[in-house]
Amino acid sequence: MSITATNIKKTFGAYTALEGVDLNVPSGKLVALLGPSGSGKTTLLRIIAGLEFADEGSGRIQFHGEDVTDVPAGERKVGFVFQHYALFRHMTVAENIAFGLNVRKRKDRPSKDEIADRVNKLLKLVQLDNLGKRFPTQLSGGQRQRVALARGLAVEPKVLLLDEPFGALDAKVRKELRRWLRHFHDEINLTTVFVTHDQEEALEIADEVVVMNNAKVEQVGTPQEVYDHPASPFVYNFLGNVNRLQLPWRGLGEGTGAPFTDAKIAYVRPHELEIIRYRVGVEGEVATVHSIHAAGAVARVTTRRGSSEFIDVELSRARLDELALLPDDSVLLRVRRSRLFAEDYAI
Amino acid sequence: MASVVSHLQKSGSSRAHASSVTQDAPWVRWTLTTVALLFLGSFILLPLGAVFAEALRKGWGVFFAAFTDPDAVAAIKLTLITTAIAVPSNVLFGVAAAWCITKFQFRGKSVLLTLIDLPFAVSPVIAGLIFVLVFGLQGWMGHYQNAENPWFPWLQQWLVDKDFKIIFATPGIILATIFVTFPFVARELIPLMQAQGTDEEYAAVTLGANGWQTFWRVTLPNIKWGLFYGVILCNARAMGEFGAVSVVSGHIRGETNTMPLHVEILYNEYQFSAAFAVASLLALLAIVTLVLKSLVEWAHTRSNG
Repeated sequence: MSITATNIKKTFGAYTALEGVDLNVPSGKLVALLGPSGSGKTTLLRIIAGLEFADEGSGRIQFHGEDVTDVPAGERKVGFVFQHYALFRHMTVAENIAFGLNVRKRKDRPSKDEIADRVNKLLKLVQLDNLGKRFPTQLSGGQRQRVALARGLAVEPKVLLLDEPFGALDAKVRKELRRWLRHFHDEINLTTVFVTHDQEEALEIADEVVVMNNAKVEQVGTPQEVYDHPASPFVYNFLGNVNRLQLPWRGLGEGTGAPFTDAKIAYVRPHELEIIRYRVGVEGEVATVHSIHAAGAVARVTTRRGSSEFIDVELSRARLDELALLPDDSVLLRVRRSRLFAEDYAI
Repeated sequence: MASVVSHLQKSGSSRAHASSVTQDAPWVRWTLTTVALLFLGSFILLPLGAVFAEALRKGWGVFFAAFTDPDAVAAIKLTLITTAIAVPSNVLFGVAAAWCITKFQFRGKSVLLTLIDLPFAVSPVIAGLIFVLVFGLQGWMGHYQNAENPWFPWLQQWLVDKDFKIIFATPGIILATIFVTFPFVARELIPLMQAQGTDEEYAAVTLGANGWQTFWRVTLPNIKWGLFYGVILCNARAMGEFGAVSVVSGHIRGETNTMPLHVEILYNEYQFSAAFAVASLLALLAIVTLVLKSLVEWAHTRSNG
């Protein structure tokens, strides 16, 4: 079941949440809507679910080619998981999961045994086998999130929508649960859209990442595409660390062709810079070592060029040992790969 | 070094020493407790006891005779009828108001919130006077009944035929009581429902529940204790309301006297024992209400824990 959203606009009073957004989620994929808070990603997700509606006459939502723009949320067959779980606190876990089946009209409602059976299967699926009789307050955050997921799946949705599914969890559980979600998705193969502001999370588990900023989609692509070939300064900044090098820089911006004649800034990731000890006659931009952080698998050297331009360089620990750098040493920086933009991006 | 050791020994000494750091001196505690108890005793318990003592001064016979008096029976009946109509009405209005204020966004929300507080802000006497002005014989309704060419002539005919009166009759008393007790349920529910947010309702909607199912299965169970609490307070006030009811009632014995008004009349007629007997019944109802209230609070904390 694919999802297509075309030209979605949404304003809340004077505030524009979405400015003519297009989105295409291929069937069976796991897609991340990634962006900072206020970028409109949650609003877009809620519009897809039918919990919000786009501005009058602006856009259409289609599920597998079928227009659902005016279909109410309850009839869209979406499983929606809320950031803070939104479990029914007065019901047990099993009652929570059965809710979507119990509220059906009598003729569509499965029998009591069938419902109990399906609840058990879902509990097994989300690995909470024996917790059906507990109340939500007696579960951990990760467990609650999986109950919410099982509850959404109970109504056999055609798409699964997750709003910041790991946002309220601590770092370790978060990491475990997101890997679990990736496995889970591969098992059930349901078209899934999840919202996140955590680029690491999006890059790790999504098939496709939709980067949003300021009510617009900035870029769509596989995690590798958006990381390696960011389409805008914003995406460069938002996905991973980046150095913004002020031009002129030896070897950059000259002879690189017409599009960049007015370029002022070069975007370079820390691992795309090479650092060597200063030697006369060797090509490179002169800088001094400011500080060295060697904790972790990769070492980071912060260098200073001119009076106030700080540039981070990432290199292997072995290479750092080889160079034997100390603060205030003179070094040469060489760019392996960069991208030039005419304007700086201001966060 | 020595000072560190001595410090460690000090801080590791007796429990009494540790508690003296976090608690006030005994004489402070005792003084405060005594003052509080004295105040409570002289301003609340003593008058309450006096009501019962005064009521029983001439013996149980006189005490019970006060309730068999036809006027007293009528007053008790009227109070019960008024409460039986006012409380359910305000539960309905209060839940509806709280529901739409907390679960929906619309223009004029703050105006509505202010309006709900109006009965608390306005003196009950003024509330009563407003009703007299609107529904009294000299008011708008009176003008309408006497108009030559009224709108809806059938309505005027019906009002005249039935001799339908609001002021100085039961409908006025019920209206005034509803007005005065309106905020109790809504005020109790609004903060609670605001704190709970709308996520659970949205979740129910995405799972296919309709509005009615969402309300009965998700919203209502979440607010039941708050609602119960609001009902108890609303009930207490509905039975005890004096000011607004006094203005619209007209004090017709056996017809438009509620219990509080009956107490006043008896008292003004120097029938102290009877006055206090009826008053003691009201006080008893208040005590029952408070006991219920604590039971609800206890059950609520238990169900949460």
